[in-house]
Amino acid sequence: MTKPLSIRNITAHYGQTKVLEDLSLDIAEGELVSLLGASGCGKTTTLRLVAGFLQPTSGSITLGGKDLTKLPAHQRDIGLVFQNYALFPHLSVADNVGFGLKQRGVSGEAKTKRVGAMLERVGLAHLADRLPGALSGGQKQRVALARALVIEPPLLMFDEPLSNLDAKLRVDMRVEIRQLQRANGTTSVYVTHDQEEAFSISDRVAIMHAGKIMQLDTPENLYQRPANAFVARFVGFENLVPMKVVARDGAQITAEAAGGVKLTLSLEHFGAIPDNFVLACRADGLAVTDNMAAEGIPTTLGLRTYLGRAYQYQSETAAGMLVANGLLSKPLEPGSSAKLVPVPDQCTILAVE
Amino acid sequence: MPTKIHPALIGFTALVFIFLVGPLVIVLGSALSDTTYLTFPPQGLSLRWFENIFAIDAFRRTILTSLQVAVISTFVALLIGIPASYAMSRYRIQLPGWLSTLFVLPVLVPELVLGFSLLKNLAFQFNAPIFLSLIIGHTILILPYVIRVISASLASFDFSIEEAAISLGSPPLKTFFTVLLPNVRSGVIAAFILAFITSVNDVSISIFLTGPGISTLPIQLLAHMEQFFDPTVASVSVLLMVLTVAVMAIVERTLGLTFLAK
Repeated sequence: MTKPLSIRNITAHYGQTKVLEDLSLDIAEGELVSLLGASGCGKTTTLRLVAGFLQPTSGSITLGGKDLTKLPAHQRDIGLVFQNYALFPHLSVADNVGFGLKQRGVSGEAKTKRVGAMLERVGLAHLADRLPGALSGGQKQRVALARALVIEPPLLMFDEPLSNLDAKLRVDMRVEIRQLQRANGTTSVYVTHDQEEAFSISDRVAIMHAGKIMQLDTPENLYQRPANAFVARFVGFENLVPMKVVARDGAQITAEAAGGVKLTLSLEHFGAIPDNFVLACRADGLAVTDNMAAEGIPTTLGLRTYLGRAYQYQSETAAGMLVANGLLSKPLEPGSSAKLVPVPDQCTILAVE
Repeated sequence: MPTKIHPALIGFTALVFIFLVGPLVIVLGSALSDTTYLTFPPQGLSLRWFENIFAIDAFRRTILTSLQVAVISTFVALLIGIPASYAMSRYRIQLPGWLSTLFVLPVLVPELVLGFSLLKNLAFQFNAPIFLSLIIGHTILILPYVIRVISASLASFDFSIEEAAISLGSPPLKTFFTVLLPNVRSGVIAAFILAFITSVNDVSISIFLTGPGISTLPIQLLAHMEQFFDPTVASVSVLLMVLTVAVMAIVERTLGLTFLAK
């Protein structure tokens, strides 16, 4: 039933504005891929193109080998879950869920049975006769989910399905969505701007920016090995320090940043390091110490904020303003001198763009 | 805990109520009067002025014409107005902003001017039949109301509902009838009633477009008043009110129920 989705070299315009540029994306059978990015990055446009609500300027979309590009939206057989639920206000919960079956000529006993079983699965069997207006946000989204799943589509697409729910429910629902998707093994596209949500439920995540996919990878790889500065910043590498290798010595290299700051880095940890590179570190990846003998980036500490698990310092260095976290047990005064020591586990190497 | 209502508020509400209902009571009273002139309170009770309406041939014919014109022009206005409102709501971003203003422009033109220009162009220039001119004139008159009312109810319609239906396999046109229309049902009914009443009661446009042999009820009423001052005028008014209420009830029943039945 479930099929792989292939988006090939899609370019799309809104009037004169180019919103997607030569975008390609392959999603394997049964895989859940999230499109993650800020508003205006093209993630919803991509979803609407696949759904058939928009037409690409060029490129093609195929689902299980079948070309969808010119097919009208109502013939595409895709399950859609909308941000604002989009339930039919004039139909009962059961009729909402049964709507897609009715279009497919399923009626009577067979329809009642499948709708009942689906409502049972999302835990709403007792609300079958209610109108959507009488449901809570979480219940509405379950109905929307049931309505999309009951037609057993080869592809499921979610357009920010949880952003109208409160934080607690959001976490519960995303687990539920993931479980249902896994159980059915349906190929899925999930659009969201919430990084935690995307990383927690996806097999792979495409981080999008300005109509392009900046990186498509597993959540683990994105989080630890961003491919470029944009993705690095997106996943929380606040400090990007351009460096140049000045000496190679077996398993170690010595590199120099602006202002003559020298650091020794282990090839064993970072892998191959090109002559020019960017050292990307999270705030946790720069340990603040007042031991001036330590090898690190000399700094004058600025504003100190309390994070609960650490103190965070805005630190002025010769390589620019950096953000670093220091120990709770040893608060340092703003204005004092310190060293920022890179913690390899929280740092990564980026190529110069 | 029961809320205490200020006596002044009750008094004011009563005043407004009297202001609104008072004239209707006077008209109804006058219509039932046994006198040969208009008077209130009625002196003696009689239904003879109602009988008089149907005794006068012109009233019988004009009632029929008014109903025909109102029903046909209301349907034509809905036929134009519903798709127009839909397009303007659905494609609000793509369409120019002045378009929705254009559709309500006829409201801004004094009806007398509209009536006169229709007379000049439709009747004189194109020699259009009187009945057709009336239909065209009334359609132009009520179209802005239809579009305003239906647009208002479409404004709260979430078009992703329509997309949801399409994604589930319902073709766009079918979706329009099975998903969109049921959700703007109350707007359509309101537009129908408003348009119908406006058409039945119209004087300013009809007075130019009616002609030999064909007239509408309000115009006939005007003609009658010029000669007689008997309670027939009041009884025709009552009849118009009853007619309007009856149409509202029928529309609510039929249109309302068929839409509910999907």
